[in-house]
Amino acid sequence: MTLYGKGLRSLSIATAVVLTGAFLLIAFYAPEDADQGIIQKIFYIHVAMAIVALCGFTAGGVMGFMHLRTHDRRWDLRSYVAIHLSLILAVGVLLTGAVWAKGSWGSWWVWDEPMLVSFLIVFLLYATYQPLRFSIEDPERQSRYASVFAVVAGAFVPINFAAVRMADSFIHPRTLGTTTGGMPGEMMLTFLVTLVGVALLFVTLWKYEMAAKHARGQVKALRRRITGERASVVGGRSAAPQVHV
Amino acid sequence: MIDGDGYVAAAYIIFLALVLIYVGIMAFRLSNLERELAELNQEAAQQDAEREAPEPAKVG
Repeated sequence: MTLYGKGLRSLSIATAVVLTGAFLLIAFYAPEDADQGIIQKIFYIHVAMAIVALCGFTAGGVMGFMHLRTHDRRWDLRSYVAIHLSLILAVGVLLTGAVWAKGSWGSWWVWDEPMLVSFLIVFLLYATYQPLRFSIEDPERQSRYASVFAVVAGAFVPINFAAVRMADSFIHPRTLGTTTGGMPGEMMLTFLVTLVGVALLFVTLWKYEMAAKHARGQVKALRRRITGERASVVGGRSAAPQVHV
Repeated sequence: MIDGDGYVAAAYIIFLALVLIYVGIMAFRLSNLERELAELNQEAAQQDAEREAPEPAKVG
């Protein structure tokens, strides 16, 4: 039996330490940008969340592929939780991006910027994942269709990212670009620490959610044993995969 | 007119708010799970008590 709560305590502590360190670096160590001033400090959290969200979507696709390959329902659950968390981070990316855009460009949103619009398309694509799951009543079909969606959409994410980077930029800066000579060392260090912090946060919350779902599955199984109810009666319709213990 | 500091603070507050909302929802679900477990414990104890109760003695 998989125990998702294993190592959670040390992972939570590591996440808290690295994120606190990242915030301290952002506040006191990273220099102000010569062009944008202090508002450029939004970059650290905005881009770190974007990278982790996009990696999470792709990881969800890989997990969906593993589910289709092995028919092990746990992979579907893992994929579901990864996509669910990435979607929350994507909301954060859009909101922090809008704040940055307003402060920097004077507008909350710019429609002729490929980076922004492509991220919105990815977000809207994944926003259909939960309704898709909920619309399919049969759990077996639900998990299979959701995995196919996760694989196709997960493959779309890196292709979309590469296409945008190859496109002519308008006003949105290219992070970690090679043509501009990259960032100063202090900025790069701060960014990398923030990226590691957000990635650790993602993994920690993923494990928390998996442990919670697993515990819920065990409670349901216990209820079935005690009250003698059948699985279908207890389960009900849900967008989330059912955990079988 | 909001200055640069205000926008930076707003962005980091958004991040913290998202994390806190998420943790809050997790805590709510955990408390539900705890309540459900307490109910099951009670039911199991009741079943045990019924099983262990002595058979009524036959009179006559």
